Amino acid sequence: MAGKTIFDKIWDAHVVEQIEDGPSVVYIDQHLIHEVTSPQAFAGLDARGLKVFRTNRTVATPDHNVPTIDQDKPIRDELSRFQVDKLTENCQKHGVTLYGLNHPYQGIVHVVGPQLGITQPGMTIVCGDSHTSTHGAFGSVAFGIGTSEVEMVLATQCLMQSKAKRMRITVDGELGEGVGAKDIILYIISKITASGGTGYFVEYAGSAFRNLSMEGRMTVCNMSIEMGARGGLIAPDETTFEYIRGREFAPKGADFDAAVAKWRELYTDADAVFDAELHFDAADIEPMITYGTNPGMGIKITANVPALNEIEESNRTSFAKSLDYMGLVPGERLLGKTVDYVFVGSCTNGRIEDLRAVAEFVKGKQKADNITAWIVPGSKQVEKQAQEEGLVAIFEAAGFQLRQPGCSACLGMNEDKIPKGKYAVSTSNRNFEGRQGPGARTMLASPITAAAVAVTGKIVDPRDFN
Amino acid sequence: MAREKFHLVHSSAVPVHIENVDTDQIIPARFLKATTRDGFGENLFRDWRYDSNNQPIADFVLNNPRYSGDILVSGKNFGCGSSREHAAWAITDYGFKVVVSSFFADIFKNNALNNGLLPVQVSDEFLAHIFSAIEADHQTTFTVNLETQTFTIDATGASFNFEINSYKKECMLNGYDDIDYLLNMKDKIAKFEQSRA
Repeated sequence: MAGKTIFDKIWDAHVVEQIEDGPSVVYIDQHLIHEVTSPQAFAGLDARGLKVFRTNRTVATPDHNVPTIDQDKPIRDELSRFQVDKLTENCQKHGVTLYGLNHPYQGIVHVVGPQLGITQPGMTIVCGDSHTSTHGAFGSVAFGIGTSEVEMVLATQCLMQSKAKRMRITVDGELGEGVGAKDIILYIISKITASGGTGYFVEYAGSAFRNLSMEGRMTVCNMSIEMGARGGLIAPDETTFEYIRGREFAPKGADFDAAVAKWRELYTDADAVFDAELHFDAADIEPMITYGTNPGMGIKITANVPALNEIEESNRTSFAKSLDYMGLVPGERLLGKTVDYVFVGSCTNGRIEDLRAVAEFVKGKQKADNITAWIVPGSKQVEKQAQEEGLVAIFEAAGFQLRQPGCSACLGMNEDKIPKGKYAVSTSNRNFEGRQGPGARTMLASPITAAAVAVTGKIVDPRDFN
Repeated sequence: MAREKFHLVHSSAVPVHIENVDTDQIIPARFLKATTRDGFGENLFRDWRYDSNNQPIADFVLNNPRYSGDILVSGKNFGCGSSREHAAWAITDYGFKVVVSSFFADIFKNNALNNGLLPVQVSDEFLAHIFSAIEADHQTTFTVNLETQTFTIDATGASFNFEINSYKKECMLNGYDDIDYLLNMKDKIAKFEQSRA
């Protein structure tokens, strides 16, 4: 019998029942909830007269909808306030732990879980949010679900899911100067397209991932969904264990050692077979940026937008529509193009390491006059740490606006919207039409690239500053 | 709670001839502030359907009275992006019962099935035939038979056998919810928990 992948090991250990020619009933170790995709699920429980089945496996925090200024005051937008209040009400009613606004642990769910040690290797983790794949960085099977499924997990701690196929993406070699986790994942998606991973659960392997910090691994796994994959994971190792050690909800003392011993078994057997295998060379990866309206439309920052004849004929209509929206023409050079906004934040790049990278770059520099630069920490803990490390002072001196934690301009659900027709270089995960506000033109890039754009006011290769 | 059973659908179709239709297009995030499942249909494809002054954009298909029906047809990789079930709610609330594409994003497909909206995946070639048929006659009809798993272009009789796993098919035909199934196995779930402790 062939060996097992990490994904197989975790999945198989959580199957409560296998339905013939149907999905598996999968047990969920950790459920994360937020204000936007949970109210209808709680309403469903109420309609059936049910309580949350396992409150100790459920944690809530508001993030998508929250304002990023004046969080200590009542939320001005009536609908947002109602939704956030509804989360509080539902959590109180059902006895679910809530890190509400102004709680020192509040933040983007995918930043909060890892930071508190809630996210651990070998777990199944779900949330009504597609970027739940982030938690795969710890060697867990983590994926986004819809609201009906949120209701199922609240009611039974289980889900009906068909097992995904297995894909391994190996990137070996050394990354070049100025190239980071975000560039790796944008590069991969540009190669396999925004749907190239659909139907698969991805394992990222090879020295390029192994050498990343946990923050970097989270950035990579976070964007698995942007190639359509159900989720993505990285085998846990010493970097993982050291990150978890000592965190609030991590096992302590002898329990931690016992947990680590179990986590060490989470590797893919040498004779395990994947349904698809892809290999890339780290040396080929350069700072990346997107030019279009899906995350697969990425290029090296020094490259030109593809010419029409470089695009497959069947894709040309979509390509043209995309460029029209972005106000770009085929073959155009991006370097030197004027930008209006820079957004640093989101579950992709709103962690302390991202803020440190930006601070290191902008220290002693000023943002360009034409740029509005927003820095939105991923959580209250990141915000506090940024203050303690002196990063906030650097941002303020450079003319950046530091906001309070939340999803913010990544999806423009609150007031943080990019105006129509304006260009934003964003560290977030999606460049869809209107994602950052109606008519907003998003270009995805790494925190360092975003920092370089902020200080020059135009698209620039961050390596030019070395 | 039982849902409406899925019956045979015989209808004209509405073509959204665009690839990679993401859930931010189906229902933009700023419309996700509701706490019920109702009313999302009026904002379906909001930013393609209305301009910034909330005026209908004439050349978008939903604003073209020539097109109507229970079937939405769209390009490949439909429903990619966010996991928001609001996308499926918006489509069903607008009145569609079937979505056809040559490729669906995983989470959207689950969300659709959990709301009695049938995702029918056809080949790229057959999808092109469907679009051509609508282009030739905007009132041309199609028959979606879940029992036999066939999607038929009535005018030509051309038919495509689509896949759906037998469990999900039974659920759709009988109006069953996954949650009913899971609630019935709570004891087994509790035993599973004990076995892992």
